[in-house]
Amino acid sequence: MTDDVILQVKDLKAYFKLDEGLLKAVDGVSFDLRKGETLGIVGESGSGKSVTNLAIMKLIPSPPGHIAGGEVVFMGDDILKMPDDGIRKIRGNKISMIFQDPMTCLNPFLKISTQMIETIVLHQGLDKAAAKAKAVEMLKLAGIPAPEKRIDQYPHQFSGGMRQRVMIAMALSCEPEILIADEPTTALDVTIQAQILELINELSERLGTAVILITHSLGVVAGMCDSICVMYAGRIVERGTADEIFSDPKHPYTQGLIKSVPRLDKVSTQRLYSIPGQPPNVINLPDCCPFFPRCERAMDVCKTKYPKVAELGDKRTVACWLYGEGK
Amino acid sequence: MAENKNENLLEVSGLKMHFPYHSGGGKKGLIYAVDGVDLAIKKGETLGLVGESGCGKSTTLRAVAQLYRPTAGSVKLKGQELTTATNQEIMRARKDMQIVFQDPYASLNPRMTTRDIVSEPMRIFTKAKILSLTKTEIDERVEQLMERVGLSRFFKNRYPHEFSGGQRQRIGIARALALKPDLVLCDEPVSALDVSIQAQILNLFKDLQEEFGLTYMFIAHDLAVIQYISNRIAVMYLGVIVELSDSAELYKKPLHPYTQALLSAAPIPDPEVERKRQRIILTGDVPSPDKARTGCYFYDRCSKRMDKCANCVPKLKDAGSGHQVACFLYGD
Repeated sequence: MTDDVILQVKDLKAYFKLDEGLLKAVDGVSFDLRKGETLGIVGESGSGKSVTNLAIMKLIPSPPGHIAGGEVVFMGDDILKMPDDGIRKIRGNKISMIFQDPMTCLNPFLKISTQMIETIVLHQGLDKAAAKAKAVEMLKLAGIPAPEKRIDQYPHQFSGGMRQRVMIAMALSCEPEILIADEPTTALDVTIQAQILELINELSERLGTAVILITHSLGVVAGMCDSICVMYAGRIVERGTADEIFSDPKHPYTQGLIKSVPRLDKVSTQRLYSIPGQPPNVINLPDCCPFFPRCERAMDVCKTKYPKVAELGDKRTVACWLYGEGK
Repeated sequence: MAENKNENLLEVSGLKMHFPYHSGGGKKGLIYAVDGVDLAIKKGETLGLVGESGCGKSTTLRAVAQLYRPTAGSVKLKGQELTTATNQEIMRARKDMQIVFQDPYASLNPRMTTRDIVSEPMRIFTKAKILSLTKTEIDERVEQLMERVGLSRFFKNRYPHEFSGGQRQRIGIARALALKPDLVLCDEPVSALDVSIQAQILNLFKDLQEEFGLTYMFIAHDLAVIQYISNRIAVMYLGVIVELSDSAELYKKPLHPYTQALLSAAPIPDPEVERKRQRIILTGDVPSPDKARTGCYFYDRCSKRMDKCANCVPKLKDAGSGHQVACFLYGD
């Protein structure tokens, strides 16, 4: 089983030094990703899901940020210890990313062809003509009609959904081992979202790419992911397969989150459950359970110590004093 | 209350909002943002407007509020025609009709305190001699409103940047309620909020409706949110309403091919349900609303299109028990 693991994140910490104090955006995140797996990372804004993935690629802006500890083992090597040019060989090649807003990720002054060919020439050592042919093929795979013509257009000539398709084509053009998709459909409409998710699913399956999907939408992870990490205030509070998380959530935060989303398939006139209070400010967070002020089942111990991560089975963990030996 | 339960608070008919545009090379034309919308909202009811970006839902709301003066059509609030009203008359009408905006960051003036923001409508209407409130009355009302929407009155001297997104939206709601309106137009008020906060704000909207007998026109692009909050739902596409029905009925029996696709595209937070679902994946994007339509607006993307659909525009017709649909598959 374990040789399937292509990415291992161990106790990753990314801190930002701000005027107001130390912001522990990611504080001890561990997970592993297996070949071909789709892993969802869900959480609300500020929970550290995007920073986790920037840290994996060593893309934390420094200063003010720095990686305060941990390991990211990709195919046997720790990415965080690699020299810059070593990482550059991995970024965009073995691990690539797509972001929420495709317009800000594409250079508006360059044709799509220029932007796509650059990556392919750099990483795969093809000549320009071959790289262009490859780019056209990828655009076609990504469902862009008339790719031979469209490739010589500029980003503004594409619609939002089409731009996201270009981003996906670009990200997958070097057949990466891992695709990190950071809120890939948040800026898109529902029907376009369905198209793009379908595309990511289909292409990752065909190319055997593992996907890390970051989103705040529980609906999206439910349909797409094999396993799920739920993040809150910079830490993973619960981890399990998609079925486990949705049918038997353990952490009071996960339970509350699932209950607070209105569901299309269950017409209910009942009042929606809502988690009281607000997400905590993660600056100078004390070493307690960050969820305790909002938790219905908070105990005395929650106010003084961060819970130990309880192992509830294979890849099933929860960080809550209600479970494991803390109980 | 009971006797005017069936009275329409708002009646919109034939509403059109066309915007002229000039693009490079001397090209001129019209954007048909809203192209013939008919709807009515009863007192105490919530009408949801749903659709993808660019379908004209926000434009409809703004044309109702007379923030845009409509190109054609009629908007009647409590029987009063607004499209031909003078600015003075519209100002009076706005006392009964307030808006909550989508972006709680952009819709609050960063240089005003919460007290100034929430009291501004009352101060303006007092100055215009439509209301007569004293300073102390206004102050008291600000405190009441803040507590009612779940903000401590001790926050009244704070500025918007000191609040989180959810709290800012509460300030926006307090401001909208300051004039005791009948109709509140909500333009995606929960779209910018996190899941756990979204549920709080949705519940607040429901509680306020019950307490003050408010009527909502509620826009969202999240179908589950719309279904939760609305009594009736209008589905919009390219500037027209393609289907209008009771909210439970719409989800059980969507008639228009677009509604069917929209519903099937919306993700459901349950892996088991997701595995069993059959998705209708629409091809292509929403076309640009820059030309007048001669056929069905959904023709290009419809899987059930017929020859007739290319040349005739289907009208919104009753398909039984108040369920209206604009599609040639139904009726004659």
